[in-house]
Amino acid sequence: MASDFDVIYIRGSKMLELRGVSKSYGQADALQPINLRITPRRTTVLLGPSGCGKSTLLRLMLGLLRPDSGTILFDGQPIRPELRRRMGYVVQDGGLFPHLTGRGNVALVAHHLGWEEGRIETRMRELIDLTQFPWDGLDRYPVQLSGGQRQRVSLMRALMLEPDVLLLDEPLGALDPLIRADLQADLRRIFQALGKTVVLVTHDLGEAVFLGDHLVLLRDGRIVQEGTLADFVERPADPFVTRFINAQRTQLDGLASKGARP
Amino acid sequence: MSRKHWSLHCSYAYPVSLCALCLCGSFAPAAELKIGSKIMVESRILGEMLTHLARDAGATVTHREGLGGTLVVWQALLRGDIDAYVEYTGTIRAEILSGKGVRGGGAMRRALAEQGILTSWPLGFNNTYAIGMHEATAERLGIRSISDLRKYPDLRFGFSNEFRTRADGWPGLQKRYGLPQTDVKSLDHELAYRGVAAGSLDATDVYSTDAAIRQYGLRVLADDLQYFPAYQAVILYRTDLTERATEAVDALLRLEGRIDEVTMVDLNARVQIDGKNQSVVAAEFLNQLQRQPTQVGAAPEPILAAPAEAIVESSAGRLLRLTWQHLGLVAVSLAAAVVVALPLGVLAARQPALGQVLLGATGIIQTVPSLALLIFLMPWLGLGATPAILALFLYSLLPIVRNTLTGLRDIPLTLRESAVALGFSPVARLRLVELPIASPTILAGIKTAAIINVGTATIAGLVGAGGYGQLIWEGISLGTGGTGLMVQGAAAAAIMALAVQGLFELAERLIVPKGLRLKPE
Repeated sequence: MASDFDVIYIRGSKMLELRGVSKSYGQADALQPINLRITPRRTTVLLGPSGCGKSTLLRLMLGLLRPDSGTILFDGQPIRPELRRRMGYVVQDGGLFPHLTGRGNVALVAHHLGWEEGRIETRMRELIDLTQFPWDGLDRYPVQLSGGQRQRVSLMRALMLEPDVLLLDEPLGALDPLIRADLQADLRRIFQALGKTVVLVTHDLGEAVFLGDHLVLLRDGRIVQEGTLADFVERPADPFVTRFINAQRTQLDGLASKGARP
Repeated sequence: MSRKHWSLHCSYAYPVSLCALCLCGSFAPAAELKIGSKIMVESRILGEMLTHLARDAGATVTHREGLGGTLVVWQALLRGDIDAYVEYTGTIRAEILSGKGVRGGGAMRRALAEQGILTSWPLGFNNTYAIGMHEATAERLGIRSISDLRKYPDLRFGFSNEFRTRADGWPGLQKRYGLPQTDVKSLDHELAYRGVAAGSLDATDVYSTDAAIRQYGLRVLADDLQYFPAYQAVILYRTDLTERATEAVDALLRLEGRIDEVTMVDLNARVQIDGKNQSVVAAEFLNQLQRQPTQVGAAPEPILAAPAEAIVESSAGRLLRLTWQHLGLVAVSLAAAVVVALPLGVLAARQPALGQVLLGATGIIQTVPSLALLIFLMPWLGLGATPAILALFLYSLLPIVRNTLTGLRDIPLTLRESAVALGFSPVARLRLVELPIASPTILAGIKTAAIINVGTATIAGLVGAGGYGQLIWEGISLGTGGTGLMVQGAAAAAIMALAVQGLFELAERLIVPKGLRLKPE
């Protein structure tokens, strides 16, 4: 699969593209028609306050939701359920199945697809090395794992089939600050090691800047601005951009002066 | 199963007739006969009498005893689940032929014959409403009939609530006889009996063959103006029986005119008050009849060819048999309900609109009283385990459907979406993720259904399917003397319910995945 991806990348085709995609729940418009291209092999961060539509956007990309209008293209083709195994998905609380151990969660799809035990074992060792998850922790059930450990297992599960795209919905949202900082650093290292297309949803500007190559700021179901932090600071497309940055920057500065951030 | 044989040695001079019986038996195959009876003590004693009589005539007889009410017995007779039972003419007019305006005896016979049912002549006693006084008081005042009451306006009457208020009870009686009494109370019937026995009341309403008449020493006053409707006991039997079991029918009909009120009161009391076995009491009566000449000057007419022998099951053996029956009813109905309700629950979770319909439908079933449901099913399924199992099956659907639906619906969205995102088909999601996660809730639903089933299965006794209900209903029919039997049945059912609960808690450890049973650390 990685080789397929390389061919496509060399051809310059966009891995994920949204064309005029909208989605509404009942009366309220959740998402205005949106056009967005996800740059391959980079980390794109969907950023914005709660209710801005960033999670909806991510779930549309996965095909968990059907758009009311527009198309979502994966490899230049409309998204289909069969393509789901080329995407890995990590949700806020990990989404681990409580009836399975860490190992059971990670290997569930591989077992279902009939992989040999040896192959599963090899792949799991690779993932353990990548995520630095304790090997003996794999035999524990989700309730026996800490929040950070659950996220690592969830990440391993998402990466088990070596997907082309990794989609993460607030992966650090439910963690306490220290674990959050640890996992943030690990995630950056992992994203760099993988070199995959990553789409990450967060409301935290610091996290977005720390993990992301490309930021997409959303508000009320619209994209307000795309680019880097520098673009947002120097050429804000809207007064909201400056407000959003300033609101979180004071916290960032405070954290930086205490040396709590890496 | 251990069975005790109680041989009633009334005579030792039957070798000849026994041999005759053997010879008859070797010529023709024994006719098969099914006798029915209602839950009341009197009906069960009479059912045993018919059983002994038909057996004596060489038939193979089963007694489906203690059926739940006129409708059940009548339906069973029409379907051929039973061939004969004893009914009261008043009940035939009021319940079986209700609305047909049948008045005279001839019209009643014809109306029943149209449905393939023949009627015997009355057995002798009339089990209707009557007025009872303490024997000593009645003797002292010289009261023999209801008309005699007119002479004593100061008498104190205490009637059961129903009799006191019903138009065809006290108000009508007072009018017909012109009774002057004004001290008329309504109170619990048992208290009324005790009041009369203790002398604080002078008269109460009774059923004319009630065991209480003997127990409290009451005199039943003659209804000289024939105010109360006749409830003459008659045997109802299927027309086809006259050809299929001619000899047995002849034997049954020998009971005509043989049981008067005093005798029936005594037979009832022997079971209800003395705690004797109904089959033994019936056999004793028939054996006695045989030795007494029925008419002055007439030659003794033997009723039985050989003395009747009551087969009385030991109470331990009976409890064991009823336990197996009860377990069987619960297990079969529950297994069927799981097979049907689990997929329905999954369907309900997938299609919320259909789910509402399914929950509504299974909920409505739940509101149908169990006996009504059984009577409703009887025309198709008859007597026995089948209608009982179907009823229990229907009652088990709701808890299982509802818990399956709830268990699946309550799986957090993130888990369901994670399973979709992992690329599983709907079936694979159900098998690998959703059903395991919902398993504690689903199992709890099955457990609820099983425990409710153990309780509800007691109604099976009313359609001849056995189970602990037989003990309970029989106990109820015996009145105060049946408390022990009732408690035995109820306690056995309670113990079984507890055992079922324990079994499910064990099953939970095997079925519910460990990860769902662990507490967060």
